[in-house]
Amino acid sequence: MFDFISDYNDPTLLGAFWMTVKLTVFSGIASLVWGTLLAAMRVSPVPLLRGFGTTYVNIVRNIPLTVIIVFTSLGLADIFGMTMGAPDDFALQGFRLAVLGLSAYTAAFVCEALRSGINTVPVGQAEAARAIGLNFSQVLGLIVLPQAFRAVIGPLANVLIALTKNTTVAAAIGVAEAALLMKEMIENEAQTLLIGAVFAFGFVVLTLPTGLFLGWLSKRLAVKR
Amino acid sequence: MTSVLYDAPGPRAKRRNVILSVVFVALMALFLWWVYKTMDDKGQLEWSLWKPFTESAAWTTYLLPGLADTLKAAALAMVIALPLGAVLGIARMSDHRWVRASAGTVVEFFRAIPVLLLMLFANEFFARSTDVSTADRPMYAVVTGLVLYNASVLAEVVRAGILALPKGQTEAAQAIGLRKGQTMSTILLPQAVTVMLPAIVTQLVVIVKDTALGGVMLGFTELLNARGTLAANYANVIPSFIVVAIIFIVLNFLITSFASWLEARLRRSKRSTGAVLGPDDVHDLNAAEVGGTHGTGADNT
Repeated sequence: MFDFISDYNDPTLLGAFWMTVKLTVFSGIASLVWGTLLAAMRVSPVPLLRGFGTTYVNIVRNIPLTVIIVFTSLGLADIFGMTMGAPDDFALQGFRLAVLGLSAYTAAFVCEALRSGINTVPVGQAEAARAIGLNFSQVLGLIVLPQAFRAVIGPLANVLIALTKNTTVAAAIGVAEAALLMKEMIENEAQTLLIGAVFAFGFVVLTLPTGLFLGWLSKRLAVKR
Repeated sequence: MTSVLYDAPGPRAKRRNVILSVVFVALMALFLWWVYKTMDDKGQLEWSLWKPFTESAAWTTYLLPGLADTLKAAALAMVIALPLGAVLGIARMSDHRWVRASAGTVVEFFRAIPVLLLMLFANEFFARSTDVSTADRPMYAVVTGLVLYNASVLAEVVRAGILALPKGQTEAAQAIGLRKGQTMSTILLPQAVTVMLPAIVTQLVVIVKDTALGGVMLGFTELLNARGTLAANYANVIPSFIVVAIIFIVLNFLITSFASWLEARLRRSKRSTGAVLGPDDVHDLNAAEVGGTHGTGADNT
């Protein structure tokens, strides 16, 4: 019944899901860094940086991820000649381009989640911090962001789960992850329903524990007010 | 509130802001110059590549039909998913355990799976088990995938909308002797519809964006796919991407602005209970459940 699984060796079923996990982890870290920077820009005292942050978020959020991912391949790689440090290895290049596209997109959502977290910190705390002479980066880095991060673990977990699902879009530029393997299998094998169930199960296994663990963590770490 | 993080700038802060701005502008200029130079080197700036967009042919042959397909798929998906989502959402709040549990399983299952998998599966299913013509199949598959996913998200929107209503509404309905079904259909649902309108409109942005998946993976002739045919004809990869991206941005920006306007209007309305599901609440519903943190609109300050 499950014969079809062993017929696929490049990648194997586990290999394809491992690629999905790798895409999620790398894009997750990159978008967390870039998203935090964007959030800092959006609340910074320099009007120009605020404007840039706002513009970035509003533009990137409204472009379909598929357009961004396809652009990294047809635009950045083919036209701009960005090889991402792997000019000869097309699989690696595709992977890195996908990570670039995914993090550029996800960062906008991380930024918005963080900004809502910053809004949960009582105004008095920032005022008190300023009263004892802390400057903007100290207020943000020592007082506001640590509390904001604890408040937004739930929303950030949602962003991470959405990111896990979004990695399937990398199939559009031929990254050998789960969705691409499913497309190939489902076209060649007769057991459409069974294959669909196997891949659906794979994604439930990936997203459900993440959601439960981070949901538990967000309840534990939330600053009680 | 953000202005609380820093004081009104004094002379030194003003100077520092100016320096930071100059550095930022310099970096941006450097980046833009690199973009400009690469595009120039690759001949992507030549007028002949941009010219098609000033003539009607490129629009009537490629872009407008693509946009029409995008909008058609999005509208169909929304119209079908909405009643389905309402039924699922109400079933999830049923007093009968088995109804609640099965609706909950369906909702959580389809929310945990990427839309792309649903579309691929639907495409293959239509190819094998139905006689939908090959030409129509991508549209059917895209709409099916979108409906399955968005119905379960909208189910959560409906549930959150009803939960956001003040408890007194249900209590008052019970006090005057209404049955469960009557309470739901005459008291709760009509109010919940207004409460969740902005959230539903916001979900349209997600649907519009997801149609692009069908363009690449299933050959659905929506906007992104139309861009491919256009670029194959005029060899203008970068210009076509820019134009298509702008169309998507403007379209989704209009939808988001409408949702925000709606939210503001509903919040001001004297007749409402004050509960509104805003656009921000929807983002969290687009991922599987995380410890039951559902937006209720109540903590939206």
